[in-house]
Amino acid sequence: MTTSVSAQTDSPLTIGGRAFRSRLMVGTGKYTDNQTMVDAIEASGAEIVTVAVRRVDLDRSQQEGILHHLDPDKFFLLANTAGCFTADEAIRYARLGREAGFNEFVKLEVIGDRETLMPDNVGLIEAATTLVQEGFQVMAYTNDDIVTALRLEDAGCATVMPLASPIGSGLGLLNPYHIRTIKQRLSVPVIVDAGVGTASDACVTMEQGVDGILMNTAIAKADDPAAMARAMRLGVEAGRLAYLAGRMERREVAIPSSPTTGLLD
Amino acid sequence: MTASIKITVNGDTREFDSKSSLDDLLRVLDLDPRMVVVEHNRSIVRRPQLAATPLEDGDSVELVHFVGGG
Repeated sequence: MTTSVSAQTDSPLTIGGRAFRSRLMVGTGKYTDNQTMVDAIEASGAEIVTVAVRRVDLDRSQQEGILHHLDPDKFFLLANTAGCFTADEAIRYARLGREAGFNEFVKLEVIGDRETLMPDNVGLIEAATTLVQEGFQVMAYTNDDIVTALRLEDAGCATVMPLASPIGSGLGLLNPYHIRTIKQRLSVPVIVDAGVGTASDACVTMEQGVDGILMNTAIAKADDPAAMARAMRLGVEAGRLAYLAGRMERREVAIPSSPTTGLLD
Repeated sequence: MTASIKITVNGDTREFDSKSSLDDLLRVLDLDPRMVVVEHNRSIVRRPQLAATPLEDGDSVELVHFVGGG
């Protein structure tokens, strides 16, 4: 039987020399409570889980960091540089994240506009170049622009992560053509990061041939985060499998599926 | 009388004993050194060096950890 085609034909996702089973990566922000977050992450099947670096709240010093809730032996914790608006800030946060964490990976964000949260391409490439030189495996969040994606690959990024639509918008994949172009032209893995709103978005995004998806809000802000996490897991798997299976040709005419011969008079 | 020094910790000015080290600062703030990363005047100080790093008046210290994020 060939019921698990995916496992038979798909290879693991390899980023910066590390192999991952799951092509779905999830964030840990915006959950109503820690248990809801942990349940959702487990339901998602994700291995790579993003976290942010922030000041310890000294006035309530017993407030726990996220490491009290996520086992670093069970999940691959990926520090981000969210909230950084310059290359220097992002480099500083990346270094702190490496120290707080357990690996050389960083999800690099350099934001250029507070309203749209669109990346600052110049700052992004500058920060990526420095961090690669410092030995980081840089996973760079970028817009869906092929030129920036190529520059980030040239800078030595381990993966390039174009957005489907703006962070937290849930608008889904707005430009499949740009995403396909980036995937076709780059050698490093392409992970779509941000904008996926529901399971069909995840599926359509994976059908473009990208290597994975990173999402946060779509799961955290669902009415039932654990259920949406499972839906996303299935959506990612379905889209991946459909991509590997190779879809039929589109034709703008109807072609009957049943024989046109042998019909009754 | 013990002299005190002013240190900016996570953006707020606090007073510490003039002989304090970074390790003392964490102890006064009741923080587990294993759970925070210490940045002293913009340089990261690793755990084994905390006790050997003295604080001086006007120093800036950032104490960070991982929180939820996307």
